[in-house]
Amino acid sequence: MTAATQATAADERVSRQSTLTRVLRRPEVGALVAAVAVFVFFAVQTEVFATANGASTWLRSASTIGIMAVAVAMLMIGGEFDLSAGAMTGFTGLAVGVMTTHWGLPIWLAILISLLLALALGVANGVMVIRTGLPSFIVTLGTFFVLQGVDVALTKAITGDVAIQGMSLVPQYDQPHAVFGSALDVNGGSLYVSVLWWIVVTAVATWVLLRTRAGNWIFAVGGAQTSSRQVGVPVARTKIALFCTTAGAGWLVGMLLLFTTSTVQSNTGIGQEFIYIICAVVGGCLLTGGYGSAVGAALGALIYGMTNQGIVYAGWDNNWLKAFLGVMLLLAVLLNEWVRKRAELAR
Amino acid sequence: MSETLIEVRDIGKRYGNVIALSGVTTSVHAGEVTCVLGDNGAGKSTFIKILAGAHPHSDGELVVDGEPRHFTSPRDAQALGIATVYQDLAVVPLMPVWRNFFLGQEPTKGWGPLRRLDRETMKRTTSTELAAMGIDLRDVDQPIGTLSGGERQCVAIARAVYFGARVLILDEPTAALGVKQSGVVLKYIARARERGLGVVFITHNPHHAYPVGDRFMLLRRGRSMGDFPKSDLTLDELTAMMAGGAELEALSHELTAELGQDSEVAQTMSQDVKVLDT
Repeated sequence: MTAATQATAADERVSRQSTLTRVLRRPEVGALVAAVAVFVFFAVQTEVFATANGASTWLRSASTIGIMAVAVAMLMIGGEFDLSAGAMTGFTGLAVGVMTTHWGLPIWLAILISLLLALALGVANGVMVIRTGLPSFIVTLGTFFVLQGVDVALTKAITGDVAIQGMSLVPQYDQPHAVFGSALDVNGGSLYVSVLWWIVVTAVATWVLLRTRAGNWIFAVGGAQTSSRQVGVPVARTKIALFCTTAGAGWLVGMLLLFTTSTVQSNTGIGQEFIYIICAVVGGCLLTGGYGSAVGAALGALIYGMTNQGIVYAGWDNNWLKAFLGVMLLLAVLLNEWVRKRAELAR
Repeated sequence: MSETLIEVRDIGKRYGNVIALSGVTTSVHAGEVTCVLGDNGAGKSTFIKILAGAHPHSDGELVVDGEPRHFTSPRDAQALGIATVYQDLAVVPLMPVWRNFFLGQEPTKGWGPLRRLDRETMKRTTSTELAAMGIDLRDVDQPIGTLSGGERQCVAIARAVYFGARVLILDEPTAALGVKQSGVVLKYIARARERGLGVVFITHNPHHAYPVGDRFMLLRRGRSMGDFPKSDLTLDELTAMMAGGAELEALSHELTAELGQDSEVAQTMSQDVKVLDT
C-alpha cells in the first residue's frame, strides 16, 4: 500500500488503489510487459517477424514449451519441481513410435499406453517425494537421468536407431495427426493445432487454480504445507496429482511433437526442463512455491518462443538466446522477490 | 453455573518413565474462559495435546458433555466441537484472507467439471463472521500475511468458531504480540466467551489471563498447583504463584549486578518485583 493515503467512503484505512496499481500487483504483469517489448522489438528489427508466416513459427515453438511451462508452473505453485518433465516429452513420443513401428500395435492403443506410462511415472515421482520427504529437485533429477538413459538406450536396443522412422506409414496415422499435428491456414501462415492445445491448457489451468477447491489446495500446499495439513487439505493427494499433471503435459507435448514432425529423436526434450522452470518464473512463479499464475507461465513461454525465432530472423548468433534467458530469469526473480516481500511483510 | 463442556479429573500423561503431567483437575464451561498458566516446561503443551486429541492421556479422566472420552486423534476432538488454534495459526501467508478462512472446507457450487468455489459466499461469510467477532477488516482480498499478528490470530479464532467449535483452545495467542495487539486478542477472547463458547486460554502471562479469565489452573513442573475460580484469587496472588516472587527478586538482583543500576531492563525488573511485593 502506498503512503498516499486517500480517504474513501468505504474504509478510510485503505488508501484508494488505482486500477493501475491493482493490475500491477498481478503475478503475470511483468511477463506481459516483457512479451510486448520483445514483440515490438523484433517486429521493428526484422521484416518477417510480424507477418503471418513468421508468427506461425514462433507461436509453434512457444506452444509446446508453453504447455509444459503451465504444468510446471502449477507444480511450482504447489511447492515442487519436476526435472523429468523434459525427458518425458521424448519418452512418450518414443514409446508410441516403438510400439507402432516395431511392435505393430494399433496407433490409438499405443497413444493410450504411453499416457498411462506417463501418469504412472508422475505417480512414482509424487509418491517418492511425499514418502521420503526429500526435495523434489533431487528425486526428479533421478527420474530425469533414468528417462534420459532409457530413451536413448532402449530406443537403440529395440530399433537399432536413435530416432523413430516410418511413423507416417503406420495405419490410421492420419487420425492422431489431425488431433495433434495438423495446421490451419490463416492469412498465409499456418496456425498449428498445438497452439490451440496451448490456449486450452492455459485456460483450464487458470480455471483450476483460481476457481476450484483443488486450486485453493495447490496454493496452500505450496505456501505453507504444515498449515494446510492442519486444516485438512489432502497434501499428498494434491502433490501427487500435480506430478501427474506435469507427466500428462509431457505426454501431450510428446504427441504434439511426434505427430507434427512424424518423427522423434531419442534426445527430445533433454535440456528443456530448465526452460520450463525459467518460463514459469518469468511468468511470476515463486521458486519457493505458493504464488504464481498459469497465464504468466504461458507468457513466459511466448517470450521464449519469440526470442528464439526473432534471433534467427535477425540473423544473430543464436547463442544470444541463452544470455537473454539468463537476464530475463534474473530480472524476474528480483521482481518476484519484491512482490513476495510486499505481500508478506506489508502491514 | 453454566453448562459444563469439559471436565478434567486428575488427568496425567506419561511418556515411558517420564511423567509429563499428573494430577490435573479443571473444567471448561460454556461462556467461560478457563486459563491454563505455567512457565515454559510446566506441562502446558502436554495439557493442550490431551484436550486437542493429539496425545491420549494415560491417567485420570477426560469427560466431555458428561461422557468419559479417550481421544486417539485430533479428529475425535474436532468431532465434539473442540477446536485448537495453534501458535502458528495454520494460515498460508500469501493467500487472501477469504481463501484462508475456508481452506480445507471450501463451499462449492455447480457440478462435474464446472464445480467451482462459491466465491461470493466465501467472501461475504468471511466478512460477516469477522465482523461478528468485532474484527473490522479492511479488505478480505488482501494476503493474510499482510495482517498484523493480532488480526491473524483473530481470523484463526473466527474460523474455528464458524466451523462449529464449542470449545476453543488457544495456545499462547498473545505470546508473540506487542502490548496493544495482545489487548486486541484479549478483546476477541472475551467476545468468544460472550457468544457462549468455552475457551481454554493457555498463557504464561497472568496480566493477560486475569482480565478475561473465569477460572485459573496453574501448572508447575508437570503438576497442578490448583484450580481456582476468579472469586478465590486476586491478580497479585496469581502473579506471585506464577512467577514465584523470590525467584523473580533474585533474578532482578542478578540483572542489576550484570547490567548496572541504570540499565532499563534491570529497572523494569525491579519495578515488577516492587509491584509484586505490595
